[in-house]
Amino acid sequence: MTEEPKSPVSPPAADAAATAPPKPAAPAKPAGPVPVPWSSPMVEKYKRQYGSGLEAQSYLGQNYLTVDRSLIPDILRLLRDDDQFDYCVDITAAHYPKREKQFDVIWILYSFANNERMRVKAQIADGETLPSSVPIWVTANWLEREVYDMFGIKFDGHPDLKRILLPDGWKGHPLRKDYGILQQDQEWVQINLGIESGQ
Amino acid sequence: MNAQKTDQPDILPNLDLETPERPYLDSNELIINMGPQHPATHGVLRVILRLDGEKVLGTECVIGYLHRGVEKIAENRTYTMFNPYVDRMDYVAAVSNGLGYCQAVEKLLNVEAPPRANYIRVILTELNRIASHQLWLGTHALDIGAMTPLFYTFRDREEILKIFEKYCGARLTTHAFRIGGCLYETYAGFEKEVKNFLTFVAPNIDKYEELLTTNRIWLERTKNVGVISAADAIALGVTGPVLRASGVKWDIRKAQPYANYSEFDFEIPTGQNGDTYDRYLVRMAEMRQSLRIIEQAVNGMPEGPIMAKVPKVIKPAVGEIYHSIEAPKGELGYFIVSDGSTQPYRVRVRPPSFLNLQALDIMVRGLLVADVVAVIGTLDIVLGEVDR
Repeated sequence: MTEEPKSPVSPPAADAAATAPPKPAAPAKPAGPVPVPWSSPMVEKYKRQYGSGLEAQSYLGQNYLTVDRSLIPDILRLLRDDDQFDYCVDITAAHYPKREKQFDVIWILYSFANNERMRVKAQIADGETLPSSVPIWVTANWLEREVYDMFGIKFDGHPDLKRILLPDGWKGHPLRKDYGILQQDQEWVQINLGIESGQ
Repeated sequence: MNAQKTDQPDILPNLDLETPERPYLDSNELIINMGPQHPATHGVLRVILRLDGEKVLGTECVIGYLHRGVEKIAENRTYTMFNPYVDRMDYVAAVSNGLGYCQAVEKLLNVEAPPRANYIRVILTELNRIASHQLWLGTHALDIGAMTPLFYTFRDREEILKIFEKYCGARLTTHAFRIGGCLYETYAGFEKEVKNFLTFVAPNIDKYEELLTTNRIWLERTKNVGVISAADAIALGVTGPVLRASGVKWDIRKAQPYANYSEFDFEIPTGQNGDTYDRYLVRMAEMRQSLRIIEQAVNGMPEGPIMAKVPKVIKPAVGEIYHSIEAPKGELGYFIVSDGSTQPYRVRVRPPSFLNLQALDIMVRGLLVADVVAVIGTLDIVLGEVDR
């Protein structure tokens, strides 16, 4: 399968210096675009302040900061207060069971003033908690509840951290990669119908 | 856990995040359940109301009755196979859901749909926006006691569904678009039928307004009901017409144009008061703007291919992407993580209804029980999307 190198679909907002993904160095492996460093006055400011705890990258014209867990929530607060990222679009996570720090937690932010989007990403281990961002964006309330419901990640200081989409008695957190999709069904059939599941 | 209560953002000094949890009730207070089986909750939404007589002191939404695990399903399907599932989220605006998903995958693959495909996409998506707003208007007015608009809006919505049916064979869960463009070329007479629809529906939108805009009962039921300020709306992540009715002029079609929306001339209607009446006016104006967009698109349709060069097996490079569109209800976003295989590693849907519903609590506090119905209606939620 060969992918034709087309011009990237770049959102107009990004003020990143480089949006075009560089051509892959080795012609033998026509991999897709790769993340490129993202630099802007805002990023430089945070780099000076936090040093090695953060990495700024841009993939297909979308900017994101990968930050150390210890910088949360300070950096989120600064992003809202100083850089006008006043709208928290989404909070979500992804599970990588083979990694030592199993979870990526992702905040998607938007600034109305600058018409700019960015993401903040932090890695945490299973069982580790994160400070809640409800004091920063009220909208985080239900979003964090959903992350807890689906991944079992706990947020310290959340006003009412409980399951939101699944019933209270649900076992496990379904969006973890080690959660089999038939597991729940089989158990239900066994308990309620007293037979082995046919699936 | 009520630590950090003093740490509230400055713009929201009075927003009480706690649901009132006291060991006993005042003699006047009672707690009642509204839903999940209640015709005015637009699906299976359960709202626990804490009341002082007729006055609402606080609410708690219990959701998830329609949860189908869409995000988990995505991880077990290929990119192409997952496409029809997105229609089942906001099933009254299935075309928008499909557009957002297809464009997100296209972004990840670094391909762009051809111009003609974009025109078809815009026409169908805007028709769907009108259909979604018509359904909203009919049911919302019915909830508050005006039965007539329902018949008018459903009669007119039928014409849109007929166009969808002729185009792709389905009326509701259309699966109209494919990754890379459109599968179907427009049928013979498509443009004429769309133009006929425009001339047919434009005076009918005026008729809806004639029934409601200056109707005294409608005004009493909607003016100053469910007010949300711009600052609260932003802090709560509210988007779409609800945000615009609070005076924030923000529409993704303008702010970060996708497809070929930048080619069309249209306005973003806004309100000032952020009440139910303003949200009604904003949606009415949006229908007219959609008509304008469709008219420009149908007159300017270029010839050409409708499908970009996309590999048969869709296998995006390792990476992640967030793409969002302005769905009829607000910002609909897809966050997709690819691990380089044929199946997405993670698909996250950012549903507008879910986050708009979160604002219900502060919008109804201090109002009467009957107003809760009005506010649920004005938020225009679809539970298939809230619960996914």
